[in-house]
Amino acid sequence: MTLKASRRGENLYIYLSGELDEHSVAEIRERADRIIDENAGLSRAVFNLAGLRFMDSTGIGFLIGRYKRLARYHMPMYLEEPEAGADKILSLSGLYSLMPKL
Amino acid sequence: MNEMQLSFPARSENEVFARNAVAAFALTLEPTLDELSDIKTAVSEAVTNCIVHAYRNAEGWVTIRCRAEGDRFDIEVCDEGRGIENIEEALQPFFTTQPSEERSGMGFTIMQTFMTEFAVASEAGAGTRVKMRKVLKRAEGA
Repeated sequence: MTLKASRRGENLYIYLSGELDEHSVAEIRERADRIIDENAGLSRAVFNLAGLRFMDSTGIGFLIGRYKRLARYHMPMYLEEPEAGADKILSLSGLYSLMPKL
Repeated sequence: MNEMQLSFPARSENEVFARNAVAAFALTLEPTLDELSDIKTAVSEAVTNCIVHAYRNAEGWVTIRCRAEGDRFDIEVCDEGRGIENIEEALQPFFTTQPSEERSGMGFTIMQTFMTEFAVASEAGAGTRVKMRKVLKRAEGA
């Protein structure tokens, strides 16, 4: 799993790539939270999932965890460019109602 | 008809191996990319359950048996872990015994939705067996 972040204007972009499961999520959870903390005060966060080749329900827990962290800073969260497999899981779990797909 | 069996220690680093090994075996049936993705996801959910729930990250073995025949792909994922006390409750979407660990409680729901058939049998203290079938939609003339 790799996680990259960039700031464009008032937006925080977080790019996830690789395979997200119970094993790999440990590598990125703390880093994602640190990036969110460092960018508190921006107007929104966008998670780009284009590089995510695989995701299981671990991804739902991971995204909800980051959603809650962002909520502390009143930053809405958005998702963009999920692969078909991730899109199916995100739709099924109703996650897009919390974090809309751009 | 073709079959395979796979056993490995219940460690989270084996999740990627397990789902990709099953997917590689399923390739003989020429599934679509979507079907292959469904199979990988369902296997990942079942194996994760063995590791984090059945054995709670302690020692133990996971066994996967697969059978490919015609348009049917059958998968069995078994452990000898602690078992599920209340299966009906465990099958509810968003139900989890470990909410503090960022668990979504969607594992069984995903297996049920992504596979054509799904069944789970469990005995407290003895283990759990998940059986799943994917019926593949074959292309015309294939």
